[in-house]
Amino acid sequence: MSADLAVAGKALAAACGAVREGADSDAVDGLVPGFVASPGSTQEASSLLRAAAEHDLAVVPRGAGSRMLWGVPPSRCDLLVDTRRMASVAEHAAGDLVARVQAGALMGDVLAALACAGQEIALDVPAGATVGGVVASGLCGPRRLRYGSPRDLLIGITIVRADGTVAKSGGKVVKNVAGYDLGKLFAGSAGTLGLITEATFRLHPLPGAHAWVSRTFLEGTAAAEVEALVAAAANSPLVASAVELRRQAPGGPVSMSVLLEGSADGVAARAGQLAGQLAELLGGSGAMEVSPEPPAWWPGAIESGGGTLVRVSFWVSGLALVLDAIDVAARDASIAPDVYGSAGAGVLYLACGPGAEVPRFVGALRAELAGTRGGVIVLAAPAAVREALAQDGGMAGTVPSLGLMRAVKDQFDPGDRMAPGRFPDGI
Amino acid sequence: MAGTQAATARAASAKAGDAKAGDPKARALTSRMTEICGAPHVITDPLELRTYECDGLTSHRATPALVVLPGTAEEVAAIVRECAAHDVPFVARGSGTGLSGGAVPHEEGVLIVMSRMKKILEVDPIARRAVVEPGATNLSVTDAARPFGLFYAPDPSSQVVCSVGGNVAENSGGAHCLKHGFTVNHVMGLEIVTPAGELTWLGDGTGVVTGYDLLGAFTGSEGTLGVVTKIVVKLTPLPEAVHLVLAAYGSLEAGGRAVSDIIGAGIVPAAIEMMDALSIEAAEAAVHCGYPEGASAVLLVELDGPAAEVEAELATVRSLCAAAGATEIRAADDPVQRAGIWAGRKSAFAAVGRLSPAYIVQDGVVPRTALGDVLARISALSEAAGIRVANVFHAGDGNLHPLVLYDDASPSETEAAEELSGAILDTCISYGGSITGEHGVGVDKSRYMPKMFTAADLDTMQLVRCAFDPASLCNPGKVFPTPRLCGEVPGRRRAPHPAVASGQAEIF
Repeated sequence: MSADLAVAGKALAAACGAVREGADSDAVDGLVPGFVASPGSTQEASSLLRAAAEHDLAVVPRGAGSRMLWGVPPSRCDLLVDTRRMASVAEHAAGDLVARVQAGALMGDVLAALACAGQEIALDVPAGATVGGVVASGLCGPRRLRYGSPRDLLIGITIVRADGTVAKSGGKVVKNVAGYDLGKLFAGSAGTLGLITEATFRLHPLPGAHAWVSRTFLEGTAAAEVEALVAAAANSPLVASAVELRRQAPGGPVSMSVLLEGSADGVAARAGQLAGQLAELLGGSGAMEVSPEPPAWWPGAIESGGGTLVRVSFWVSGLALVLDAIDVAARDASIAPDVYGSAGAGVLYLACGPGAEVPRFVGALRAELAGTRGGVIVLAAPAAVREALAQDGGMAGTVPSLGLMRAVKDQFDPGDRMAPGRFPDGI
Repeated sequence: MAGTQAATARAASAKAGDAKAGDPKARALTSRMTEICGAPHVITDPLELRTYECDGLTSHRATPALVVLPGTAEEVAAIVRECAAHDVPFVARGSGTGLSGGAVPHEEGVLIVMSRMKKILEVDPIARRAVVEPGATNLSVTDAARPFGLFYAPDPSSQVVCSVGGNVAENSGGAHCLKHGFTVNHVMGLEIVTPAGELTWLGDGTGVVTGYDLLGAFTGSEGTLGVVTKIVVKLTPLPEAVHLVLAAYGSLEAGGRAVSDIIGAGIVPAAIEMMDALSIEAAEAAVHCGYPEGASAVLLVELDGPAAEVEAELATVRSLCAAAGATEIRAADDPVQRAGIWAGRKSAFAAVGRLSPAYIVQDGVVPRTALGDVLARISALSEAAGIRVANVFHAGDGNLHPLVLYDDASPSETEAAEELSGAILDTCISYGGSITGEHGVGVDKSRYMPKMFTAADLDTMQLVRCAFDPASLCNPGKVFPTPRLCGEVPGRRRAPHPAVASGQAEIF
C-alpha cells in the first residue's frame, strides 16, 4: 500500500470504528477498493466521508451489493462504504402509517417487522436488498402500477454529502411541502450524489387477500389485441395492483396476468367481474383464469443473469408498437430476448443474453421507436457490450436535460468522488 | 401586514413603478417584451400593475416593474432569456390563488402571468395521460378526462380556479391526497424553461425515470427552478363507488378516536375531514349545509373504490363511528347528496371570514396520532391569547388549518394573532410535523424554515437551486430565508497542472 493510502487509512480508522483493507471479494468490476468501512450511524458516516474528502478518496456506497455491476461501474473506488451496520427500523408509527428505517436494513427484515402491525412498504423488491440500495437504484416490481416506485413512497431522507455534511429533507409526516424534496433527487441516483443513511416511508395496510386473473394468448395474436387487454385491465375501476406481461421469445405466446388485492370477499367478487369483462373483450376466443396464486412466470427479482438487461419505457397506448418494434429489432440482430414486465405501467424488461449482437439490437430498437415517447435503456451489460454501446448511443441513449443533471452533480460532488463515472453516460 | 402598513407599502411601490417607467433600461425591456408577446400582452400602466401585487395571501404585496402574458412556450423562453441577459428577476404566476405568497412579484422584476396558456393539448385515455398548458385550471383537466371515465386526482379546494402550473409549483394536495397522493405522484413530465432561458423536458410522461429525478425535485420547488410550459399528468379511473359518511360528535377527541379506529382497521379512506364547533357555525351561516345542530365536531369520511370493497368498508366505518360515540351519522352515495355534505367543509375558509374582519390561515402538519394533543394545545394557546381559532383539518394525514380570527383594525389584536399563529407552527414542529402541508413556504413561512431544518439542510437544498439558477433570478426571495451564494461552480477534479506535473511549478 502506498504511503498516501496508509495515511488515509489511519484517518478513516480514526473516523469510523469498522475499517478494513479491501479484499478481492470486494472488487467492483475488477476494481479492488483500498478500504471497506462499515459506519454504524449517520454521524460515523459523516466523519468517515469527511476523512475520505480530506484524502481525495473516491467513495462507492454498497448495501447488499446485488446491483453493483448495473449501469456503468464506477471508474474509481478507493473506499467502499458498506451500510449494513445501520440496519434498524428506527421508528414505526403504525397509527400514522409511517416508518423510518436505516439504509442498511434488509427489506425482508423491514417488511417482516411492519407485517406484525399489518402494514407494508408497497414495493416488490428482493428480501435481501437493503433499503438504501432500493432507494438509490429505484428498484421496484409489479405493483408499481398502483403504488409507484420508491420515490413515490419516500416521505423523508437523511443523506451524507461527499464532504461529510449531513442533510435531511422531508420528515415524518406524509403531507409535507416544506423545502425541496431531496428524496426525489436521491432516489435512483446510484450513490453519485451522496450516501443515503436513513429513509422514511409512508406505509399501506397489508391486503387481506390476493387474486390473479391471467391468460396466455394464442400464438400469432396481434400486438394490438394484447394492448387492448392490458389497457382495459390497467384502467379498470376494479383497481388492478399490477398488470404483467411475459413473452419468452419473439413471436412466441404472450401471457398476461392481473393482480387484485383487497378483502377476501371483495377480491373474489372483483376477480370474477374482471375476468368476465376481459373475456368479453376477447370475443369468443377464450376465457381468463382466476387463481389465488400467481402464475409460474410472475416476475420475481429483476436480474441481469450475466447478460444484457434492457428496459423499455413507453405510453401504454404504444404497447403494440413496442412489441412489434422488439420483434423487428430482434430479427435484425438475430437475437431472441425474453420480454417481461409491467406492461400496464409502461415498462418492459428484455433479458438479452451475453452475446455481441446486443448493441446492434439496442440500436435497431431505438431506431424503431424513434419519435415515440419513452426510452430504451440498457440497465446492465457485460463489459464488452458496454464498450460497444459507448460508441453508439450509450447505455441510456439521449437523456433530456443532461446538462441540468451535470450541474446538479457538480454542486453535490464538485470533486467527482462519489461513484465517479457511474451515472448516465458521462455525468 | 396590517392595514395601514400595507397601504404605505403600496404607495411606495407605486412611486417606484412610476420612476422605473422612465428609466432607459426599463423602456428597453418593455420594448423587447412587446416584440416577444405583442403590445396587448405587456402591462406597464401603474394601476393595472397593482392588480398583480399579491396572490391569495393578501398580507404580502409588491408591484412588479412589468407584467407580461405570453401565449406560447417559445415566448416564455424568449422572455426568460431576455431577463437572464439583463439580470432582471422574474416570477411566474398562475391563477394567483396561492396562500403562501409564492407569486408575489419582485419590485424590479417581470411578472410572467401564465393565464393565456390554458389549453388542454391532448388526452390519451389508453395511456391515461393528458398534456396540458400550465394556466389550465385544475378542474378543467378533470372535465376533459371525465368523458373517458377518468379524472385528475389532486383536487385542492380552489380547483375551480387554481392552475395546474401552480399545483406543480406547490406540489398541491387537496382533500383526497391521503389515498390518491399529491401532484408529484401524478405529474409524469414537465416541459420547462430553465432560468437560462432554454426549453427542456424533465421526464417523458411514462413515469419511468432515466438519470436523476429532476421532475420530482422540480415539483414543489415553488417556481424557483424554472417556468413550466407543459405538463403531462396521469389520469385516474373514476371510482366505481363513492360513499360519504358524516358523523357528529360532542368533542374533537371523540371524533379523533373514530379516525384512529378507522385507520387501525386497515382502511385508507379517500378523505377524512374534521371541523370544530366554530367552523361548523360559520359554514352553517354561510351555506346552510344543515350539519347536525349542536355538534362540537363533525367528521366527514369519504370512501372510494371498487363497489365490492367500498360496501364492506362502509359498514365498518359506520360501526366504528358509532362506537366512538357519534350523536348522529348520515351517509350518501349519490353525487348530489355528497356534494351537499361537502359544501359545508368546502365553504369553511370563506365562511369563517364572515365571523371576523380578518384571519390568518395556517397549514401545519402533525403526525395524525398527535392530533388530539395538538388541538388541545391550540385551544389552550387561543384561550391564553384571547384570540379565537376555528379548526378545519385533514384528519387522515394530520394537516391542520387553524383559522386565527382577529380584527386587523386593532394593532394589539393583530400582533397577538401573529404570535399565536407562530406558536401554533412551533407546536407542529415540536411534534415532529411540518410548517406546511400543502400551501407552500413562499414568503409567508420562510422565516420558519430554520426551525424545521438545520443550516446544513437548507444549504444542501440550495445546491439544487444553484444548479438550476446560479444567477438567482428565478422567483428570488422565496422559500429560503437566506439565499445561498452560488458563486463559481467548483471545477471537476482535473489532472495536475502540466507545469506542476513537469516539475516546473508548485501550487501553494
